Amino acid sequence: MFVRSPSSSRLQAALTLAPVAFIVLSVYVGGVLWAAGISFTRSSMLPNYRFAGLTQYINLFSNARWQVSLCNMALFAAIFIPITLLIGYSIAAMINRGVRGENALRTIYLYPFAMSFIVTGLVWRWLLDPSFGIADVARKLGFENASFDWIVNADMAIFTIIIAAIWHSSGLVMVVLLAGLRGVDDDLWKAIRIEGIPAWKAHLYIIMPSIGASIATALVLMSLTVVRLFDVVVAMTGGGPGIATDVPAKFIIDHMFERQQVGLASAAATTLLLLVLAVAVPLLILKNRRK
Amino acid sequence: MSPANTHAPVRRNALAAPLSRMLVYLLLIVTAIVALVPLYVMIVTAFKSMEEIRSGTLLSLPHSFGFEHWWKAWNSACTGLRCEGLKVGFVNSFLITVPSVVLAIAAGAVTGYALSFWRVRFANVLFTAMLIGGFFPYQVLIYPLVRITSTIGLFNSLAGVIFVHVVFALPVVTLLFRNYFASIPIDLFKAARVDGAGYWRFFFSILLPMSVPMIAVAGILQVTFIWNDYIVGLVFGGINYAPMTVQLNNIVHSTYGEREYNVEMAATLLTSIIPLLVYFTSGRWFVRGVASGAVKG
Repeated sequence: MFVRSPSSSRLQAALTLAPVAFIVLSVYVGGVLWAAGISFTRSSMLPNYRFAGLTQYINLFSNARWQVSLCNMALFAAIFIPITLLIGYSIAAMINRGVRGENALRTIYLYPFAMSFIVTGLVWRWLLDPSFGIADVARKLGFENASFDWIVNADMAIFTIIIAAIWHSSGLVMVVLLAGLRGVDDDLWKAIRIEGIPAWKAHLYIIMPSIGASIATALVLMSLTVVRLFDVVVAMTGGGPGIATDVPAKFIIDHMFERQQVGLASAAATTLLLLVLAVAVPLLILKNRRK
Repeated sequence: MSPANTHAPVRRNALAAPLSRMLVYLLLIVTAIVALVPLYVMIVTAFKSMEEIRSGTLLSLPHSFGFEHWWKAWNSACTGLRCEGLKVGFVNSFLITVPSVVLAIAAGAVTGYALSFWRVRFANVLFTAMLIGGFFPYQVLIYPLVRITSTIGLFNSLAGVIFVHVVFALPVVTLLFRNYFASIPIDLFKAARVDGAGYWRFFFSILLPMSVPMIAVAGILQVTFIWNDYIVGLVFGGINYAPMTVQLNNIVHSTYGEREYNVEMAATLLTSIIPLLVYFTSGRWFVRGVASGAVKG
């Protein structure tokens, strides 16, 4: 084998990185900056470069659909994140005590995550169907007046999407937190036992803070689910009834392609990106510090 | 009592211990059943006739096992204007997933290698940019990518869909490999250098054979994510390269007249078969990947 000098190898490493650097620069940096630029123009069907100041943003925030989308995302986050975290943590803590059939249980809890959000949405749409779904099971069991029409009820439909998403993500959060719990020092558990600290207190004040990195990972993953929320809405309610379950991602895609308001969609996308960075950057810093 | 790794809090009396143990098992089993209900309902509904769906309940077992709805979902259900069933989407999903996963892993492994053993200038800047990019919502990148793929003539083509998948997968796959390579002792690298192994020689002869577990983890996660993708296929695949998820959604939402729930559920199951097979046969790797935080979601 022909021996190369280190500098020629380093040059090769740089050459290897060139295509990736090109993609990062053109898509992740260039593309995003370009989209942000478009949000300050009058672009409608096709992008143009007539400066419009903040017009698109003013239109965006006075748009009822965008307001509903943002509220839905906030509501979704406020319910989905704590409940999924609670379920995931509880199951992880129980499994961590050492139970039989751990592998089988873990396989069952995590399988929803291997299903697509389209499938998740369609299955839950069927389960929550007002005439044939769970309500029908209750009626045929003797509760003749049972009804469960949340999925077609404009005030409640968003909660059906939250239920489906919790089903999809709880197992994932459980696995991430279980990995964290497995890393907790045995001496800590011994100390808790000797001190006789009640279980809930020990978990809340001692164990949870000591697995901060895993909790941060779980929070990042759940936040990504929140901002990317799209497929499950499309499959379950199509954003309806009316615009009741609209979400920012759906607003952006619809305005970009069907309604051909590229400027407005770009303003929405840029707003969403700023929101994501405002949440993700502190979490990332927290996570790396805990490590 | 139970094994040494039992982390139960202090027990006050002899009765409390078995009781709390039973409660734990009860809760675990109930949650497991709740987690399984949707899969169970999907399977039984897919076998029932419409008559049975109307007369029985969601949870009742099918009396007859009908395969004709499965056949219809696969072969002749309408996905918009065409009525050729899911088989078209199945082929498309395969044509999209296999090259996307192979390319994403190849690119991620090579990039991770260049980032971890070689001090290239600006490598850290590049890596940080990629990491942050991995957090961008897809919707923000979709429009720039539409413009880029149409400029280079890849919009609405198979190559275009694959290109976008690779771009989206690159940050997470690179992160996986870079972290994995960071755990390999630097002395191994130095020894190989002393023995005269060049840049690619070290990668292919030493590093790659050591990376089989990481390749498996990244491969399984990416197969699942890309097969399950909806938005990339919807926007970049056009009509000709619509993946299975897009066709499935069309089948369910474009039905006129009476909805055939059994066909819908058969179609839903058919779309899930590949990721479920991958998951149930290699769950161990899947869990490992997820637990190491290798998920983009």
